Amino acid sequence: MQVYLPIAEMSVNALLVLGMGWLVGFLSGMFGVGGGFLMTPLLIFIGVPPAIAVGTQANQLVAASVSGVLAHWRRGNVDVKLGVVMLGGGVIGTAVGVWIFGILQRLGQIDIAITLSYVFFLGTIGGLMLVESSRAILRRRAPTARRGKLHRHIWLHGLPFKMRFQRSKLYISALLPAGIGAVGGMLVAIMGIGGGFLLVPAMIYLLNMPAGLVAGTSLFQIIFTTAAATMLQAATNQTVDAMLALLLLIGGVIGAQFGTKAGSRLRGETARLALAMIVVAVALKLAWDLFSRPDDLYTLTMGLR
Amino acid sequence: MGILTKRRLVRAGAALAGLLLGGTVAATVWAQQLVADLSSHLIAITTGFTGTEVVLFGTTDGAGDVAIVVTGPRGPATVRRKQRVAGMWMNTDSLRFDQVPGFYTVAVSRPLDQLVGRPLLERHQLGLPQLQLPADATLPPDELAAYRSALIRNKQRQGLYAISMGQVAFLGERLFRTNIYFPANVPTGLYNVEALLIRDGDVVSAQTTPLVVSKIGFSAEVSDFARNRPVVYGVAAVIGAIAAGWAAGAAFRRV
Repeated sequence: MQVYLPIAEMSVNALLVLGMGWLVGFLSGMFGVGGGFLMTPLLIFIGVPPAIAVGTQANQLVAASVSGVLAHWRRGNVDVKLGVVMLGGGVIGTAVGVWIFGILQRLGQIDIAITLSYVFFLGTIGGLMLVESSRAILRRRAPTARRGKLHRHIWLHGLPFKMRFQRSKLYISALLPAGIGAVGGMLVAIMGIGGGFLLVPAMIYLLNMPAGLVAGTSLFQIIFTTAAATMLQAATNQTVDAMLALLLLIGGVIGAQFGTKAGSRLRGETARLALAMIVVAVALKLAWDLFSRPDDLYTLTMGLR
Repeated sequence: MGILTKRRLVRAGAALAGLLLGGTVAATVWAQQLVADLSSHLIAITTGFTGTEVVLFGTTDGAGDVAIVVTGPRGPATVRRKQRVAGMWMNTDSLRFDQVPGFYTVAVSRPLDQLVGRPLLERHQLGLPQLQLPADATLPPDELAAYRSALIRNKQRQGLYAISMGQVAFLGERLFRTNIYFPANVPTGLYNVEALLIRDGDVVSAQTTPLVVSKIGFSAEVSDFARNRPVVYGVAAVIGAIAAGWAAGAAFRRV
């Protein structure tokens, strides 16, 4: 069934887009990541202009995160206090990100900057997660191995403005979650993604948050950053396609429900290993595209930009 | 009122009637050497739009060849060239073109080179090599040609510039028709459909028919809303997404 997208000005197969939304929604519910890092390349692959892919999926991420948070909320898996502190940093990060985006756009290098940051962030985070989660799985299989410390104290935990987060059983500097939120906000503006793939491991490894709370809390924060990104994209670039977002979010919200259920049955390290492999695969694909000779060295953009 | 003016008035009236009636071409045949019309003057892009075909038909006052040029709305376009920098392919140079048609296709009853000479081809922008694409900067001719052919190649890949010429079919000596295909990604705006009658290596008659490509119904409302009230549109998009997420969450609670 073909559906015409009024802003993208193209016709797509509705079932294909629904399926893509479902898949990304499933991963979103399972791992607590927004899935934007998968959706952007997928949308561009089916021919949606990159700017519209970025703007539209910010919109669908709002819906996916709301339904994801609801599911986590019912299980009591959201630390609202920590989420609000992260959000405070997220607002500042988004503003800085928009400023950097503007500079890169004027230099005419926004495309390669986006791809490079995808390769860098996805590659680094995915690689680290891959190593860590496979180690954890090996340790589990060999119970005689020495058990690591519960808490490792690094210099980050010595920062000022200490705050108590009862829900997460943490007593840490508020600068830490706010800083993580700020980096996440920057990624929303520059890469057009929720930033969950960065927030989730940061919350696990830097904050030492209980794993059960990580997905719900990061999704809670992502609702607000993606909502801000949607409004910004719609107001300044008119790159939010309501029709495309509707298809993606119908698939996405249903997928997220299944994903959340599947995720609660997965062991933490297994889920992290699976996510790490997906992230690394996307990073490798993008790096390949960057270094391999394109079919046509020339590209065409209609309009003034 | 002299006889001449009266005659002109009658002629204009007949031409107008012919235009208004669309199909009834016979009325103007005596006045013009070439009359052509489209099966539809409006391409409506609805939610189910997957591309469409428009039939151009017409008649001539005798033997001759017919060429049809369809040109979409013109606007600026930028062609960027990638080069290898530190192993990566990135945009290094670009060239802007000012008056690039969003759509361009030609249909002919016989191969063009058998019909008219180069000056006439150029004057009527008949065929892709003759399409006028003024660039924004002065470059060496070979570079300019590379950018120009890249623009055409990209447009052809999108299906918006025809790769080969269409065929104008004659039914007998005077009646002709051709099908013009518009893909799903056809740009909206005012199109020009030009029909040329060619006889003995010269264009003896020409007629231009407008064609409008426009979004209609739901898709038109969405794009108007997004363009005219972008902030409200953004807020509505966010509220809609929250509601959809909430509804799905609530629906799945019982499962």
